[in-house]
Amino acid sequence: MGLTKSSTGRRAGGELTDFSRLREGRQLVALAGNPNVGKSTVFNRLTHMNQHTGNWPGKTVTSAQGLCRTEKRELVLVDIPGTYSLMAHSAEEEVARDFICFGGAEAVVVVCDATCLERNMNLALQTMEISRRVLLCVNLLDEAEKKQIRLDLPLLSRRLGVPVIGVSARQKSSRTALLQALDRLLDGPEQRDSYRVRYPAPVEEAVARLLPLAEAAVRGRLDARFLCLRLLEGDEKLLDGADRYLDGALSRQGELLLAAEKERLALAARGIDRDGLEDLLVSALVMAGEELCHGVVRLDREGYSLRDRRIDRVLTGRRLGYPLMALLLAGVFYLTIAGANLPSDLLMGALFRLQERLAALMAALGAPPWLRGVLVDGAYRVLAWVTAVMLPPMAIFFPLFTLLEDAGYLPRVAYNLDRPFQRCAACGKQALTMAMGFGCNAAGVVGCRIIDSERERLLAVLTNSFVPCNGRFPTLIALLGMFFVGSASGSLSTLLSALLLTLLILLGVGTTFAATRLLSATVLKGVPSSFVLELPPYRRPQLLRVLVRSVLDRTLFVLGRAAAVAAPAGALLWLLANLRLGGESLLALAAGFLDPLGRLMGMDGAILLAFLLGFPANEIVFPIIIMIYTAQGSLSQLGDLAQIKALLLGQGWTWSTALCVMLFSLLHWPCSTTVLTVRKETGSLKWTAAAVLLPTAAGFLACTLTAAFTQLLGI
Amino acid sequence: MNSLSTLDCLRPGQFALVQSLHSTGGMRRRLQDIGLIENTLVECLGVSPGGDPAAYAVRGAVIALRAEDSRQVEIRPLPRREVP
Repeated sequence: MGLTKSSTGRRAGGELTDFSRLREGRQLVALAGNPNVGKSTVFNRLTHMNQHTGNWPGKTVTSAQGLCRTEKRELVLVDIPGTYSLMAHSAEEEVARDFICFGGAEAVVVVCDATCLERNMNLALQTMEISRRVLLCVNLLDEAEKKQIRLDLPLLSRRLGVPVIGVSARQKSSRTALLQALDRLLDGPEQRDSYRVRYPAPVEEAVARLLPLAEAAVRGRLDARFLCLRLLEGDEKLLDGADRYLDGALSRQGELLLAAEKERLALAARGIDRDGLEDLLVSALVMAGEELCHGVVRLDREGYSLRDRRIDRVLTGRRLGYPLMALLLAGVFYLTIAGANLPSDLLMGALFRLQERLAALMAALGAPPWLRGVLVDGAYRVLAWVTAVMLPPMAIFFPLFTLLEDAGYLPRVAYNLDRPFQRCAACGKQALTMAMGFGCNAAGVVGCRIIDSERERLLAVLTNSFVPCNGRFPTLIALLGMFFVGSASGSLSTLLSALLLTLLILLGVGTTFAATRLLSATVLKGVPSSFVLELPPYRRPQLLRVLVRSVLDRTLFVLGRAAAVAAPAGALLWLLANLRLGGESLLALAAGFLDPLGRLMGMDGAILLAFLLGFPANEIVFPIIIMIYTAQGSLSQLGDLAQIKALLLGQGWTWSTALCVMLFSLLHWPCSTTVLTVRKETGSLKWTAAAVLLPTAAGFLACTLTAAFTQLLGI
Repeated sequence: MNSLSTLDCLRPGQFALVQSLHSTGGMRRRLQDIGLIENTLVECLGVSPGGDPAAYAVRGAVIALRAEDSRQVEIRPLPRREVP
């Protein structure tokens, strides 16, 4: 169980090379920027796409590309991963730098954060060392204004010698200005005289001596000064890349390589080894940024305003930090449950009335009974269940969660939870990936790329499915409502459900910690690596946009997936229920076969079968349970939860059965999408198997113990 | 108050100037990339509820660091009256 590069497979941004489809002679423009400066918002604005945006660093882990039409041309925009630097210290930085160097981009737009301009200059200056067409796009002007930060962008533009445009990308009006700036940038001449960072004398002297040779090698295809600096560093990876890019022109220039070697030795003799040189370079860049911003940024004591300080003192405070996290979670659940009740009832009523009509219509058309069964009683009915029971809670939970994300709360969760993760020898950013798991475990697994250390990333990948995704909440909510809230009525029952659900989720979080700890004590041994987490300023969420987008995207996505998965599953179920083998339906046979194992785990064969059939999507597990029971006879018309409860009770359910189903819903194999994602992200069958077996084993244990315990006590 | 110390000793509300970085490798680069170099002003903003990590204001951004890492950053604490 070695932990090697190959065991975790392809790293972030590996798909940056595939844009031939969009290319077709169009000009390529790269979108660079520090993490969390609103790069994705700018990208969406320019391409009319809907990349998911959120207020936390590292959100864009995959690079997107899209078409962007300006007045004069159509170009391909590539959103490269957010980085602080192009020194290639991490995989993302390497990808970003290689793309700017060798990706064939005509120009680079560097998106900067207006509230923290100085810090952003580092990347901007490094980009200007590589590209001769750079546009500085200072984003979040609205936020800066709120913080009373005033910026003299014309002055910055004069100092840098590149165009600087200030925008608030969240506002529609920014689009036109950006498009015009892009046209001007591409129409204009190359920026031959843009600002150059001056490095300390020994470095500059060495560069000056290498420059003529380097110019002969690159012949204008790469910046010669940039190449000289990398030669002095002895940056093998970049030099290999440059050599390939220049069709071997670099390795043919033996004289240049020899001279560079000599200069490196000379620098080392003066006490400047490779690390020392990097220190000099970085310091010069940071100080240049400081100088350039002097007089450009005014009235900013800190980007971190008094308001943010106050909020943070509460949300990350010693006494209130943890309780408030739990309370916020419970609050989100409360709103979800309270809001979902009515639409659920309405949908259920409407969809089942429609079912009767459909059946009548098919009968009138003379369809054979089996076809009616497959289509209406099978496919349509499961589809209706998914829509009625699952959709409303999901459509409410997701936007609420997105609002918290948009406001900037998630990094605070990571900050608060870093200590416990540190104790498990893991990374606090795992809290971010865990939070993403609430939305979708597959997304959570992809999000694990924000974790630098491979060992810690694997820990996060393997434990991600311990938090229930959006598709599992509704099942938990329904069961809590039916079996645990009891006779409490109205808002009290909603409150009780929300609290119980929170407890259940905390159990999932607790299991995450336990499993992480177990893994890092056994197969993934190691010490926690270092951890730098940026806490972005709070931003007022874009309420309307979040609501519209997440409801629409989510609704369409869920309905699409429901149709794709639930309908065939429903048809299959109907067939299984009606095809007989030796007098028994196949469904009854399968359920009977699984029954002993199901009973051992405090459930029954039908439930276990539903979990297995629900592998493509967790949304359909509970509907399938109901389908299996109804297909076995008894009831066919279910109007509300009370009737469902009666059905379940009739099948021998007790509160202990419901508890075991909830536990197993929380702890079982991830859905097929997530499993495929784990396979892709880890590049290893072994780790994929571990990601399936670990939660399954935990669920088996939890259910079996619960069942044994309740039987023992006779309750 | 002018004696040298390390960043993890800085308490919320206190300011300091960075003297040198003792961290090496990737961590050193990451700290430099966010602008934490010699003579950079830092302020400790708070400590997370678990007691670690702590949050620092560096060049207009807020950065959380674990004590284990901030121990590698040598600082000169600034008395109140010297805070720019």
